[in-house]
Amino acid sequence: MIILNVLPMTLEQGLAYALVALGIALTFRVLAFPDLTVDGSFPLGGAVAARLIVAGVDPVLAAAAATLAGFVAGSLTGLLNTRLKINSLLAGILMMTILYSVNLRIMGRANIQLLDRPTVFSAMENMDVTRYVPVILFFFVVTMAVKILLDLFLHTQYGMALRATGDNEDMIRSLGVNTDNATVFGLGLSNAMVSLSGALVAQDQGFSDVGMGIGMIVAGLASIIIGEALVKPKSVFRLSLAAVVGSVAYRFIISLGLRLGLAPTDLKMATGFMVIVALGIPAIRGKREGKIHLRGV
Amino acid sequence: MLELENVIKVFNRGTQDEKRALDGIDLVVEKGDFVTIIGSNGAGKSTLLNVIAGTHQPDEGHVRINGRDVTRWPDYRLACYIARVFQDPTMGTAGAMTIEENLALAERRGKRRGLQWGVTAAYRRRFREILKILDLGLEDRLKLATGLLSGGQRQSLTLLMATLSLPKVLLLDEHTAALDPRTAEKVTLLTDQIVRENNLTTLMVTHNMNQALKHGNRMIMLHQGRIQMDVRGEEKKNLTVAELIAKFGKTLKDETLLSCDS
Ligand SMILES: Nc1ncnc2c1ncn2[C@@H]1O[C@H](COP(=O)(O)OP(=O)(O)O)[C@@H](O)[C@H]1O
Ligand SMILES: [Mg+2]
Repeated sequence: MIILNVLPMTLEQGLAYALVALGIALTFRVLAFPDLTVDGSFPLGGAVAARLIVAGVDPVLAAAAATLAGFVAGSLTGLLNTRLKINSLLAGILMMTILYSVNLRIMGRANIQLLDRPTVFSAMENMDVTRYVPVILFFFVVTMAVKILLDLFLHTQYGMALRATGDNEDMIRSLGVNTDNATVFGLGLSNAMVSLSGALVAQDQGFSDVGMGIGMIVAGLASIIIGEALVKPKSVFRLSLAAVVGSVAYRFIISLGLRLGLAPTDLKMATGFMVIVALGIPAIRGKREGKIHLRGV
Repeated sequence: MLELENVIKVFNRGTQDEKRALDGIDLVVEKGDFVTIIGSNGAGKSTLLNVIAGTHQPDEGHVRINGRDVTRWPDYRLACYIARVFQDPTMGTAGAMTIEENLALAERRGKRRGLQWGVTAAYRRRFREILKILDLGLEDRLKLATGLLSGGQRQSLTLLMATLSLPKVLLLDEHTAALDPRTAEKVTLLTDQIVRENNLTTLMVTHNMNQALKHGNRMIMLHQGRIQMDVRGEEKKNLTVAELIAKFGKTLKDETLLSCDS
């Protein structure tokens, strides 16, 4: 019974945040770049969209602008790392910290309400069916569209160069790819997806908050790890599928936990433990596989 | 074709560990030359190839290819002229990507990469044909991740990738050293075949004197960052390992060099 009760919410949130998981899969898994910009670029998407919607901009355009802003933020992290040679983790942390102030500036305050504003979900409020149905459908279509576009891109000449950059940087440089540029572009793409997610989540929940990105990376990592346990990521197609499936599965576990008495304030701690256990088990068992291979750390 | 003029490379300049890895190299390689390079450990062989490929920038001197000064070019830009195979078989391919994807990456070495489909049907047909040269059955396993191949298979594939879009200069750095003797022999024969068939300008570093004498039309020996010997043509053909050791035994301290009497 509990399972049925949490299902709609699980699907809505799982699919809404799946774009974050896809973005993190692109950086951590494909580019092997541990990008921490996400905690800042997610609220950036919310902030840009909310501010623009309040200013009267069309909600779809607002989401597009948020996506672009995310691309810029991710690219800047890439530039910090490749041009200024700042360690990849630190570059992400710097960008995330800077974005906190940027997001406050964009919104002018810590929180913008959108409840009485037009959003991409406005038309879904007064349908004959419960709100969940069109909203879930909407997020499903958007997420799958992004997933498929990403799959296709990663099979193009440049997309393959991007994958090779994360796989064997020396080799692909010797084949003529400027891996610095590839890294910058990949980080931009990843954070564009994350910001899009932020823009849509803000519109769905009816507000944008400067703190809405806290713990987003860890939650995304947990999603990816769970997804990869369910869908063996033997190909690009399955890797991105694992991110989507994992995102839904993660939200399901969380909702279930909350229903069973997990305090909402302990949520991030529980997520953190989940990631620690998943990453730690191979080490305790003395196996090396399962460890995330990362460049530039 | 390939021209090095007074190339100097110093590592850790101004510290206790200062090392003149290349100490004034002058070298002119003609089109179609197959040059083997020997020298003891630390002689500067890898550094020489790294400087040519743009992985390291020399402190002084010039590198020219086809008359063009490429001294300050970064490695990815030099890829339009140069292909490399390294000693470590895992360095030559992207392990999580398939055989056909790796070949497609190599096919576009030094060319623009856009949003066109990466592995086209035409590529695939061509790869299938070319892979038959290796005689490893890889032509039927195009969708296999290269990380699942053995060292020898991976190195053979790397060699094929390096020569796929005929480079102006092919650089081989002890590319058979990490393989077992039988596989090494096969890869060496394959190298010879590919280099000759395509008349590739090649520099091959080897720690095996027999190999250095048997292959190519020219041999140079490096010692402490300098070219100590440079033989070609008939002179090289008539040279024997015994003569080499008699002449340079003292400078060739490296046991791997002295122990090769097979
Ligand atoms: N990146 C580097 N930093 C410092 N010293 C180096 C570096 N690369 C090579 N060297 C030093 O330069 C010398 C020549 O090295 P190398 O060209 O690798 O020799 P070889 O390939 O002939 O064995 C060695 O003494 C080596 O320690
Ligand atoms: Mg060497």
